[in-house]
Amino acid sequence: MTIVLMAETKNEVKFSDAAMADIQRYISHYPEGRQKSAILPILHIAQAEFGGWVSPEVMDKVAEILDIEPIEVYEVATFYTMFNLKPVGRHVLEVCRTGPCCLRGADQLIETLKHKLGVEEGGTSADGLFTLKPVECLASCGTGPMLQVREKFYENLETEEQVDAFLEMMRKSGVETPYHQAAYQKS
Amino acid sequence: MGLKILTEHINVPGIETLEVYRKHGGYKSVEKAVKTMTPEEVVEEVKTSGLRGRGGAGFPTGMKWSFLAKPEGVPRYLVCNADESEPGTFKDRWFMERNPHALIEGMITSSYALGANTSYIYIRGELMFILRILEKAIAEAYAAGLLGKNILGSGYDLDLHVAPGGGAYICGEETALLESLEGKRGNPRNKPPFPAVKGLFASPTVVNNVETIASVPWIVNNTGAEYAKVGIGRSTGTKLISASGNINNPGVFEIELGVPVEEFIYSDEYCGGIWKGKQLKAVVPGGSSVPILPANLILKTTAGEGRLMSYESLSDGGFVSGSMMGSGAFIVFDEDQCIVRNTWNYSRFYHHESCGQCSPCREGTGWMEKVLHRIEYGHGHQQDIDLLVSVAKQIEGNTICPLGDAAAWPVAAAIRHFRDEFEWHIKYPKEATAPGAVYRGQLDSVTA
Repeated sequence: MTIVLMAETKNEVKFSDAAMADIQRYISHYPEGRQKSAILPILHIAQAEFGGWVSPEVMDKVAEILDIEPIEVYEVATFYTMFNLKPVGRHVLEVCRTGPCCLRGADQLIETLKHKLGVEEGGTSADGLFTLKPVECLASCGTGPMLQVREKFYENLETEEQVDAFLEMMRKSGVETPYHQAAYQKS
Repeated sequence: MGLKILTEHINVPGIETLEVYRKHGGYKSVEKAVKTMTPEEVVEEVKTSGLRGRGGAGFPTGMKWSFLAKPEGVPRYLVCNADESEPGTFKDRWFMERNPHALIEGMITSSYALGANTSYIYIRGELMFILRILEKAIAEAYAAGLLGKNILGSGYDLDLHVAPGGGAYICGEETALLESLEGKRGNPRNKPPFPAVKGLFASPTVVNNVETIASVPWIVNNTGAEYAKVGIGRSTGTKLISASGNINNPGVFEIELGVPVEEFIYSDEYCGGIWKGKQLKAVVPGGSSVPILPANLILKTTAGEGRLMSYESLSDGGFVSGSMMGSGAFIVFDEDQCIVRNTWNYSRFYHHESCGQCSPCREGTGWMEKVLHRIEYGHGHQQDIDLLVSVAKQIEGNTICPLGDAAAWPVAAAIRHFRDEFEWHIKYPKEATAPGAVYRGQLDSVTA
């Protein structure tokens, strides 16, 4: 699986036109010569474009676009926890594991997901659909326990039935990148 | 019902659109400031208001603004800190999601006061859906002539952009935020120089929290003197409180500073009391980094006075018997919560989020996490409690940024107020690790 994905990205790291336009827009937000500032938004765009993770080849492409050294991209991508550096399942379940959510059952939510998906923390389910990634506080403490998938929060996941319904919904759902959203407009 | 400075219109349908926002008085402060006031006059109003930074430090905003260096020919920047990551805090996310124009209005009026012609909102990467809400609102503001060149014909120019982070708590620290905004790892900078002199792109910069900036329009519209009349003492104005944990109504509440803590916890207007009819055990009143207080000390100071939701009252007693207002993240624990487990959880958080630059924090946070983990899981040693106190002491004050303090304080406070509970875990590991076991206040009791 890993090898196939690597080969795919190696052959062609090409952003869609919509993504490229967005990348240029972010670069334009910074003064002349400060284009490196746009690295985080571009890495987010890259991750959405190329299967939910950023491979070394994708990072090299980002360096090329920003006209900086590849190491400058690697050191940033490895510092920020949102960037996945290995292939992931179709849906990455980023479950909050921090204090306030734990007061309302986050530990149980993580255990339930582990059991239902047959994975350990950080693992991907055998069908390739789900990666379980416990994360720290997501600013949703009043609506915990909760998790995030891409740009969406799923909150108040208190009962096993709710978890089942959530997983069922995700199984049927494909991956939407930001470029499919009507709300996404040029500012 | 107290005065609602920030949330009066937050539930109006369509308030996220420019049209509805303006119908409810939106962008009046921009009009007033750019057309009838000098930048200095706006700064003066904010100084008079007594507004204090709502991100956690509580530093007077007007004073912070007056420190901004103004060398000829060098651009100045206003950066909004929307990297809300302190465990327990979700007010900014809640506010921006519902009323994005209120933040944008505050950014324009504040940028004008500071003489900034380019400003940024740095939002945590996990809130990409809110970045899109803000970008949509910004586009509307540009189209209405409220952003861009010659705002409302005043001759003042401002560009406003939103920049996402990448998932790093440390980027809420203002110099780490600036590093991140420049496209680097979020390592905090040594100070001095302070951002007011050398901030974003080595230019003078002010960094303010979302709620702080969103408070400015009301101050400009109604004067700083009026704002200063709200609240109590040096805690002027209103504050958004993120209430979470074992309460009936978790959520965000705007309070006039000075509301009694007891009322805040038990009144149906706010938290609505402890859930499932349970008893209150403890509260972390200002976000995970501030000291935890047991029920008796959060409700009353050691002098027996009822504690109030204000900067001064929450810190009454210092760290011996008080805590801090912090970011206003009010985390409530019921009688069935384990303080050891919670402290371990917070320590894991700080270990995970330490940027690794300073060794006391990099090593100390990991050490505390490991020791707390072994106590929680029944392998603690009697000397571990003093070890934790000693490690916490050696981190505090010995790091470039306050993350070290933020990691040390919760551990030190949990041991200060709940030492028995730690001892019980060590003395009776079998009982303490039984499913659902909680210390009930008698050290030699072996019944869970």
